[in-house]
Amino acid sequence: MLPHYFNHLFVSGIDIYIADVLIILASISIVGVLTYFKKWKWLWREWLTTVDHKKIGIMYILAAFAMFFRGGMDGLMMRTQLAVPNNHFLGAQHYDEVFTTHGTIMILFMAMPMLIGLINVAMPLQIGARDVAFPYLNAISLWTFFFGALLFNLSFVIGGSPDAGWTSYAPLAGPTFSPGPGENYYLFGLNLAGLGTLASGINFLVTIIKMRAPGMTLMRMPMFVWSTLITSILIIFAFPVLTVALSLLSFDRLFGSHIFSMTHGGMPMMWVNLFWIWGHPEVYIVILPAFGILSEVIGTFSGKKLFGYSAMVGSLIAIAFLSFLVWVHHFFTMGAGATVNSFFGVSTMLIAIPTGVKIFNWIFTMYKGKVRFNTAMLWSLAFIPTFVIGGMTGVMLAVAPADYQYHNSYFLIAHFHYMLVGGTVFGVFSGLYYWWPKMFGMKLNETLGKWHFWLFMISFNLTFLPMYLLGLMGMTRRMYTYPPGLGWSHLNMLETVGAFGQGFAMMFMMVNIIWSIKNGERDLTGDAWDGRALEWATTSPAPEYNFAHIPMIYGRDAFWDRKYGKDKAKYTLKAKPYTPIHMPNNSGRPFLMAVAFFISFFGFVFEWWLVAGLGLLAVFFFMFSRSFETNTDHYISVEEIEHTESGGGRS
Amino acid sequence: MLSPKKRRGLTFAALSAVSMLMLSGCGSQIAVLHPEGPVAQKEFNLIVWSFVLMAFVGIVVFGLFAYMLIKYRASRPGIEKTYDPNIEGNTKLEVTWTVIPVLIVIALAIPTVQTTYALKDPPASAHDPIEVDVTSADWKWIFQYPAQHIETVNYLVIPAGVPVKFMLTSVGPMNTFWVPELGGMEFTMPGADLGLWLEADKPGVYLGRGANFSGKGFAHMQFNVYSKTQTQFNQWVSTVKSKYPALTMNEATYLVKHQGLSPIMTFSSYPAASVAQNQNTQMGM
Repeated sequence: MLPHYFNHLFVSGIDIYIADVLIILASISIVGVLTYFKKWKWLWREWLTTVDHKKIGIMYILAAFAMFFRGGMDGLMMRTQLAVPNNHFLGAQHYDEVFTTHGTIMILFMAMPMLIGLINVAMPLQIGARDVAFPYLNAISLWTFFFGALLFNLSFVIGGSPDAGWTSYAPLAGPTFSPGPGENYYLFGLNLAGLGTLASGINFLVTIIKMRAPGMTLMRMPMFVWSTLITSILIIFAFPVLTVALSLLSFDRLFGSHIFSMTHGGMPMMWVNLFWIWGHPEVYIVILPAFGILSEVIGTFSGKKLFGYSAMVGSLIAIAFLSFLVWVHHFFTMGAGATVNSFFGVSTMLIAIPTGVKIFNWIFTMYKGKVRFNTAMLWSLAFIPTFVIGGMTGVMLAVAPADYQYHNSYFLIAHFHYMLVGGTVFGVFSGLYYWWPKMFGMKLNETLGKWHFWLFMISFNLTFLPMYLLGLMGMTRRMYTYPPGLGWSHLNMLETVGAFGQGFAMMFMMVNIIWSIKNGERDLTGDAWDGRALEWATTSPAPEYNFAHIPMIYGRDAFWDRKYGKDKAKYTLKAKPYTPIHMPNNSGRPFLMAVAFFISFFGFVFEWWLVAGLGLLAVFFFMFSRSFETNTDHYISVEEIEHTESGGGRS
Repeated sequence: MLSPKKRRGLTFAALSAVSMLMLSGCGSQIAVLHPEGPVAQKEFNLIVWSFVLMAFVGIVVFGLFAYMLIKYRASRPGIEKTYDPNIEGNTKLEVTWTVIPVLIVIALAIPTVQTTYALKDPPASAHDPIEVDVTSADWKWIFQYPAQHIETVNYLVIPAGVPVKFMLTSVGPMNTFWVPELGGMEFTMPGADLGLWLEADKPGVYLGRGANFSGKGFAHMQFNVYSKTQTQFNQWVSTVKSKYPALTMNEATYLVKHQGLSPIMTFSSYPAASVAQNQNTQMGM
């Protein structure tokens, strides 16, 4: 009954051994520090069992940072390998694994949780709510994501990483061409994390629909909330498709079905369709919240109302609708025929129109404003030209016959890095610098922040701009090496320099965080940037219950309005007495249930059915026990609120 | 910390250095921008047209962006005089920047659709097309000439000025068949035949490669396309017929099943059962 992967359980290789040692050292030091400072209880009570959206958001962001580091190391390894022709730094197999994990991690375990983290931190505050609609479910989302990511990363040291690309096209990713557990890690890691994402989508949607403070109509919501709402709808429609696709491929791999195989009537192209029916909305899922961040940041640092609010909302909806009508543009070259290609080419070009509307509205938000160049604003501003470059080349890619020349080439790689780094990552950095005081009660240092910005921005362009040209020169993605004499060498070297520049720039951010914890300017007002939306109307960081009194809303930019608007008088709060606040209880079950999922899915990866079955049983046990739980909430007493509001409870 | 002015200067210098590097030293090695056949030419025309339209958009957006940054920076003397926090929008402007992009999309969509349909058909030519059946395997390219009944591995010979109909399939993972100087790529998929028309204007050697990741040996799936005059091509075919061995079924199976690279090979004939295209459904032509 020895499982047939048993011999391959521990991966060998010098970098793997280094990783093994690092993982062991890191684990020992974490355990050591927690034990020495007697922090185990604190970790469990304050963080692992929390259902507070702000803490959950911070944990999302923390995990996403770790994944950013991992994915970034993958990127640096790839760029090192490609720096010179005929390089032997990595072998083919190793390179294939590295680009697969780079793509998967950066999109699903870095960009998504980073944005979901920021949404968790800011969105409930912006609508004047006490928490999300389903705080308990929110914790389940976090921990299923976390353990999904952990499972995926485990492949590096136990069993071997997946190597069929983040797109995992069948039949390459099927059992014939990718034997071993690597691809199973991809399928089960993503499925577990996807479960959490789907739950987040439902949670955010209900929160925004049901939990807005009185007076906040839909058309008074901050743009970040709008972008979250639309993103949630995209998640709800798109993620089930991914779940189905991953499950079907799992059947092929584990149970010998022939859904995507090339024999017995299987259809490999079905995978491609399913993957991109999820995959294209997915790229909007990771860009729309960044659009939202931009709208907040540019408004705040221009001291202006957002230009063309209704058009901004309309364009979000249009983009979301169109995002489901363009998936075939990922495979124009798969013989769908002229009519299909024409339709999907034109539908893709149409997306440029609402996106263009947003770009112009951001630019005109600065019109007659007072533009302050804080680090948060610099990231948002840099977003505009890089995203426009990415968008323009995106339209070029939509021209189906021309795409025959760009498809799978570095031109495409350049395009989507301009969208995902120049767009999503710049937006995320902007959001992090912007909401940092709200999360931690202190600002990040501006000088270090600007070093981080300029170094990263310049290095980013150095890395990805030459890729457009390399694509036109015929270099295709996923080549682990290339011969000399094709004119590719100098550009590749330049890109490698740029990549290390980005890595170097990130050190400024790390130093900034550490420096600012000790020395950063404290935000004592709760309104660090002269903000416009409600998150700035409470203390930094916000108390557990967010607002002692639920705010009343009389217009857009509610907090700005309260400070300077014509409705100022309406907001003057009569000294109402505090009433006890109803809050959900903490629970260890979401964490434990995710651990059970992790164990079960680890069993599936290695086809250890006993482990898989017992793990699933434990999952059901936790669901069952939750169903019979009666003690799920508590009240915060008036004395405690008074204590907190008088500053006594502020950390 | 540098002054904002100096910083802008540095950024500008860095960016111009990058663009200089990109423009110099590459020239004719940019295959996609040096079309050598009618298909690549049509695609090139579209690339140029889309680039021109996008460059126009880019100039407008970048110009407006820079103007707003400079004009409305908080540090500008007299900023308070222009400051107006209550502007919410401007219908005329918003309609303008919706309508103009619509026009641009129309200007791009029409030639896109036209070319998409045009590329379904063989390029106009005085000569009858020839057919080459292309099969990607792990990790080699197999080319079969059904009319001439010869086979080559990892290189391709075609007559210049003659449209070539490539029927593409795969006996392993998917790949794509790409010869950038002659035209764009098309997928090879197991169980399906995808068609692709290409033609070379004149004799020459063009580099082709697999463009869709298919496993460990993928990066090495590079091949030369030799375009020859019709007479030279006929000569080459008769040389192959007389000088090279026939492909046996055993060898054919080994080529397909063995996961590994392969040298250049030439065969004077091939067994009918080795044609992967026979069992497939045809798509896209």
